[in-house]
Amino acid sequence: MKVSLFVTCLIDLFYTNAGKATVELLERLGCEVDFPEAQTCCGQPAYNSGYVKEAKEAMKQMMRAFADADYIVAPSGSCAAMLKEYPHIFQGDPEWEDKANRLAAKTYELTQFLVDVLKVEDVGASLHGRATYHTSCHMTRLLGVKDAPFRLLEHVKGLELVPLPNAHQCCGFGGTFSVKMGPISEQMVDEKIEHIEEVEADYLIGADCGCLMNIGGRIGRLGKPIRVMHIAEVLNARN
Amino acid sequence: MPMKIENGPFWKRVGENLDNDFMRGAVAGMQDRGYVRRLGVIEELGHWEEWRSLAEQIRKHTLENLDYYLMQLSENVAKRGGHVFFARTAEEANDYIRRIALEKQAKKIVKSKSMVTEEINLNPVLESIGCQVIETDLGEYILQIDDHDPPSHIVGPALHKNKEQIRDVFRRKLGYTKSSDPVELARHAREMLRRDYLTADIGITGCNFAIAESGSITLVTNEGNADLVTALPKTQITVMGMERIVPTFEEMEVLVSMLTRSAVGQKLTSYITVLTGPRDEGDADGPEEFHLVIVDNGRSSILGTEFQPVLQCIRCAACVNVCPVYRHIGGHSYGSIYSGPIGAVLSPLLGGYDDYKELPYASSLCAACTEACPVKIPLHELLIKHRQIIVEREGKAPAAEKLAMKAFRLGTASPSLYRFGTKLAPGAFASFVKDGRITKGPGPLKAWTESREFPAPSKERFRDWFRDRQKGGNPS
Repeated sequence: MKVSLFVTCLIDLFYTNAGKATVELLERLGCEVDFPEAQTCCGQPAYNSGYVKEAKEAMKQMMRAFADADYIVAPSGSCAAMLKEYPHIFQGDPEWEDKANRLAAKTYELTQFLVDVLKVEDVGASLHGRATYHTSCHMTRLLGVKDAPFRLLEHVKGLELVPLPNAHQCCGFGGTFSVKMGPISEQMVDEKIEHIEEVEADYLIGADCGCLMNIGGRIGRLGKPIRVMHIAEVLNARN
Repeated sequence: MPMKIENGPFWKRVGENLDNDFMRGAVAGMQDRGYVRRLGVIEELGHWEEWRSLAEQIRKHTLENLDYYLMQLSENVAKRGGHVFFARTAEEANDYIRRIALEKQAKKIVKSKSMVTEEINLNPVLESIGCQVIETDLGEYILQIDDHDPPSHIVGPALHKNKEQIRDVFRRKLGYTKSSDPVELARHAREMLRRDYLTADIGITGCNFAIAESGSITLVTNEGNADLVTALPKTQITVMGMERIVPTFEEMEVLVSMLTRSAVGQKLTSYITVLTGPRDEGDADGPEEFHLVIVDNGRSSILGTEFQPVLQCIRCAACVNVCPVYRHIGGHSYGSIYSGPIGAVLSPLLGGYDDYKELPYASSLCAACTEACPVKIPLHELLIKHRQIIVEREGKAPAAEKLAMKAFRLGTASPSLYRFGTKLAPGAFASFVKDGRITKGPGPLKAWTESREFPAPSKERFRDWFRDRQKGGNPS
C-alpha cells in the first residue's frame, strides 16, 4: 500500500524524530512511504487568524502536491482536520472544489489510518513506564478520532497507561492564541501540567506537535521530570 | 446595566480576573461539577446527537421563517387581549415600557431574570422616572443590591461571589444579621422579596420561548420567582429578543428539554411556566394587562448573514460552562453581559468591533463550545469569521501580523521558497539556541518564551533525512 506522508511543518522543522518514527512504523507495517517534496503547510496558522486569502494559497499548494496520492497520512490530528475542512472552504469554487473533495476523502490522521485502514492495533511496540495521553481538541472534536490512539497504546508492552483528569480540556496552545493571549494560555497549560503531575506520569504522549510543543515547552521551563513523546515515537519504540 | 460593562480595557480586565483566585476556583468548580452532571442527563436521555440535530433544525426553520412566526405570534397575543410592540432599538423598547410605567403611575416594579432587559439597559430608564425596580432572581437580586455588580454568567449571574461575600452585601445593604449559611441567606432574600411581589404595580419578565401558535410565553426557572412576578402585579410586561420564538408547543417541549439539560444538567427545572395573555374571567390570578415587547436591537441585521446561526442560541450557557478560556478569566473579562464563547461571537455583532475586537481572539478554537451547543451553533467557526472581518474589512490587525501572514502566503504557496526558508531556520535561530532550546526568543517568539521554551529548529530537516534515506545514504 502506497502512503503519502504529510509530515506537517512543525515535524519537518522541529520534531523530525516524530517524522522518522512515522516512516519507520508505516514501513514496518508494510506500507510504501512516499514524501511529496512540494508539500508546505496545511494553511491553518493563516486560516485560523482570519487570513483566508493567504491560507488558500497554501491550501492550493497542498492540493497540487498531493494530487496523485492514494492515501495521505499526517501525524497530526489538527493538520489532518484542516485538510478535511478544504471542501467547506473551497465550496462553490469551480477550479478547486473537486480537488478539495478528493484531497479530504483520502486524508487520515496516523492513528486513524493504522486502526481504520490497516486494521492494526498491536504494532509490536514496547516502552516501559507510566504514561498518560493528551487528547488534542482538533483530533477529537473536529476530526472525530477518539479511540484509535488508546487502542494502539493499550497494546504497547510495558506501558502503564493512566487516564488524564480533565482530559477534554484544551492545553492552551490554539496556534496564534498561545502568543496573542499568552497570559491566558499560560494558565491553561499550567492546569494541564498539574493534571499530568497528579497521575505521576513519566511520559506525556500526544498526537499533535502543536500541543506537545506547548505542554513540553512549559514543562521544560518549569523543569518538570516528564518526558513528552509523539505517539508515533511510542508506537515505533522497541525498548 | 447595558450590554457593555464599563470595567476598563481588555488586558486590564483579564489581569484583574486572573488574579481573582476565588472567582477562578468558583468557575472551575462549577464547570467540573456541571460537566459530569450534563453528561449524566445527556446519557439518560439517549440519542443526544439526534436531539441536537432536531433542535438545530427547529431553530433554523424558525429563523428562516421568522417574519411568518412573529406575525402569527403577535396576532395570537392580540387575540387573547394582549398588546404587542415591535421595538427596532433599545431606545424604542425602553420608551414603550417607560410609557406604560408612567400611565400606570407605577411605584414598584418586580422583574424576573432577563438578559435582554440588561442588554437594552432598561432598569435605569425606569428608575429615572421614580420607579423602584427589584430583581427577583436570587443571583440578580444579589448583584442589584451590591451596587449593580454586573452578571458574570448568563445563567448564574452571581457565580463570581461566594456566600461570605453575599452575607456581607446583605449586612451592608439589608441590615442582615445572620450567618453565611445559604439557606438562611435565601430565606432572608425570600422574606424581602415576598413583600415586593405583593405590592408591585408591574411585573417584567424575559422570555425563554414564545409560542407562535398560541401567543404564549414560556419561562424556565428554578426559583419560581417568574411565577410570582406574573401572577401578582396587575400589569405584566414580557420582553423578548425577536429570535426567541418557536412555532408550536411541540418544538417548545424539545427546546426546553435541551435547555435545562444543557444549562444546569437537569431533566427539567423546578418551574416551567407557559402563560397566555392577561387573566381570563374566572382566573384566580394573573395580570389584567399583558404587553409583549419584541426587541430587534441589531438582530435583524444578523439575519441573512454568515452569522445567522448565532440567532439559534437559546441562552443555555453550555458553551460558557465548557470554555477553558472562560474558566480562567471569568465573565467580567469579556466586558459584556454576554460572556464566554457565545458572548465572544454575539457582543461584536450587537456592540461593534471597537469595544469587542479582542473577544474573537479570546479562544484557542478548541471547539468545546461547538461540541456542547445543544442547537449546533458552530461557535468556533464564527469566531474565525470575526477574525477574518477584523483582518479584511475592519483593517484592525497588527502590522507585524499582516507582514508575517504575507510571508506565510509567499512561503507556503511556493515549494522552492518554502524549502529555502526552512533551510535557513537553524542558522537564523542559532544565536538564540542554548541546550537545544530557545529560552528568550526574538520577535513573535518573545511572547511564547515569556512562559515556555521554544524548540530549536532541527539541524537536519525531516525532508533532508527522507531524501538522503531514499538515496540510500545515512538511514538513522
